[in-house]
Amino acid sequence: MSSDTTPTSTPVKTTGLHVGDAGPGCRKVDPILIADGVKRSFGGLTAVDVAHVEVPRGAITALIGPNGAGKTTFFNLLTGFDRPDSGKWEFDGRSLAHVPAYRVARMGLIRTFQLTKALGLLTVLDNMKLGAKGQIGENLFRSILPFLWRKQDDEIEAKALEILARFKLDAKKDDYAASLSGGQRKLLEMARALMSDPMLVMLDEPMAGVNPALTQSLLDHILDLKSQGMTVLFVEHDMHMVRHIADWVIVMAEGQIVAEGDPHTVMQDPAVIDAYLGAHHDTDIGATDTGHVEALKELIDDEQ
Amino acid sequence: MIDWTAIFSNAAQELISPTTAAYALAALGLAIHFGYTGLLNFGQAGFMALGAYGYAISILTFGFPVWAAVLVGVGASIVFALILGIPTLRLRADYLAIVTIAAAEILRLTFTTNTFASVTGSASGLQGYKTGFAELNPIPPGTYGFGPFTYNAYDWWIRIVGWSLVVIFAIVTWLIMRSPWGRVIKGIREDEDAVRALGKNVYSYKMQSLILGGVFGTLAGMIFILPRSVVPANYQTSLTFFIYAILLLGGAATILGPVIGSMIFWVLLSFFSGFVARAVAAGWLPFMTQVQAGQLRFILVGVAIMLIVIFRPQGIFGNKKELAFVK
Repeated sequence: MSSDTTPTSTPVKTTGLHVGDAGPGCRKVDPILIADGVKRSFGGLTAVDVAHVEVPRGAITALIGPNGAGKTTFFNLLTGFDRPDSGKWEFDGRSLAHVPAYRVARMGLIRTFQLTKALGLLTVLDNMKLGAKGQIGENLFRSILPFLWRKQDDEIEAKALEILARFKLDAKKDDYAASLSGGQRKLLEMARALMSDPMLVMLDEPMAGVNPALTQSLLDHILDLKSQGMTVLFVEHDMHMVRHIADWVIVMAEGQIVAEGDPHTVMQDPAVIDAYLGAHHDTDIGATDTGHVEALKELIDDEQ
Repeated sequence: MIDWTAIFSNAAQELISPTTAAYALAALGLAIHFGYTGLLNFGQAGFMALGAYGYAISILTFGFPVWAAVLVGVGASIVFALILGIPTLRLRADYLAIVTIAAAEILRLTFTTNTFASVTGSASGLQGYKTGFAELNPIPPGTYGFGPFTYNAYDWWIRIVGWSLVVIFAIVTWLIMRSPWGRVIKGIREDEDAVRALGKNVYSYKMQSLILGGVFGTLAGMIFILPRSVVPANYQTSLTFFIYAILLLGGAATILGPVIGSMIFWVLLSFFSGFVARAVAAGWLPFMTQVQAGQLRFILVGVAIMLIVIFRPQGIFGNKKELAFVK
């Protein structure tokens, strides 16, 4: 499984991101996103209860955790798509409390969705152009007068074509986004996010449902974001990929941050193993779990 | 036996009738709401009623000039759109549908109630508001035209004004829908969360769309009352559904669709009713009375629309490709 997704060149890892010991909620040298006491419950279920977490700037941070750990809910809270019951959170030094989702995006925090949201009946090029910020022609009254926005629109189109070429979607530019494959839609969504020159890109399961051939190209694109100076925070289940590209890993379980650290050490953290397999994974409670244990052991062996 | 010339010439007259223009403009407004933005507005009849009553009441009760009466109607529909939109546009699309259908009925019943009879004319409605508009007519008195299209100066005047408005607003719609504004609007139709995540104020765009389409409906309501009087019974929910039928006939997210759709709708309706009425009179349909014949045309139109939706679901001008992908 790992052999076909591992690229030939090894990405350069960013280190020295944290201050003091690596652990849940540890301080970072230069955080771009800080969440403090963010709590969200649905009825009796506490989906997210994050005491403190900082996301380091200029690095690729992975948010991992078993299903139902609250990763996507946490994403929604950070990006204004959902409101927490309590807590403070700030992006680049500015508070995000009560800031609507579209303003969060304008501040430079762009997200993608777990279930891809390509705008099906718009062409690929229109999807891209929609991503650009501060468009003159998006005002109703100015939109009637093409000479006001034509020049800016041409510039946006040139930029869109350039990014599309990088994502190898330029041949598809006039097709409806609905005609793209699942993996191509993931690429389009990521490419569209880049149209606004974001500071922080938050990717919700960028690899879900993408075939191995395209996985490689997606991985390279994520690494590329970092080399262009953007910060990336992504949710992922594929541990090989996390280990391969992430500079920092935050582990969530049952709504809380249970571990943090660089990918190599965090995978051996007992709290992480507990989170994925339950605290009693090594006591024999039947044959059903052994497969998972094997898989994890294999992962750890792989590492050493 | 059957006067085919009369049937065809009556049907041909509908091609450029002011009523057809009014329906075309109202359907164009609905195309902005439903076809481009994905807003389920079932209260277009309410916007038309506001145009009709706003114009007529301004002139009859307050003695306003034509331009001021038009502004009053437009202003009323903007306020109406805000009242409808502020609570519902943050919610799912179906809530807007429920609220608009109810609000349009509330308006119609308010105009029908006897309490305000001195202003609204209650169930018998309003007339005598046409003088100001007729005085603006630059065409010298007389009869003009050829064949079935022979009208007096006033009838030509309302046709010219009505269709000019349709042409102007069709061009405006075409311009805004190919602009970045239109791109955002169509994006909202596809997935509003995705558009929100790209930094667009979706709520504001939906409100702009609701107001714009509503103003189209209001102007349509004004054209609609120029050849007739204002009667509250005209603004029933069925009016909204006829406009939806026109929109689906022509193609929901098109510019020409609502205009040509309205022409086809009215020509067919006139043809069916003329034909059925004369066929009954000639004894071709012995099982049917004249009253029943009057209703039959709506059944036939219903069947025709069902056939179109089944065999050409994208409408006449719609893009087949858009339907190749089921969402």
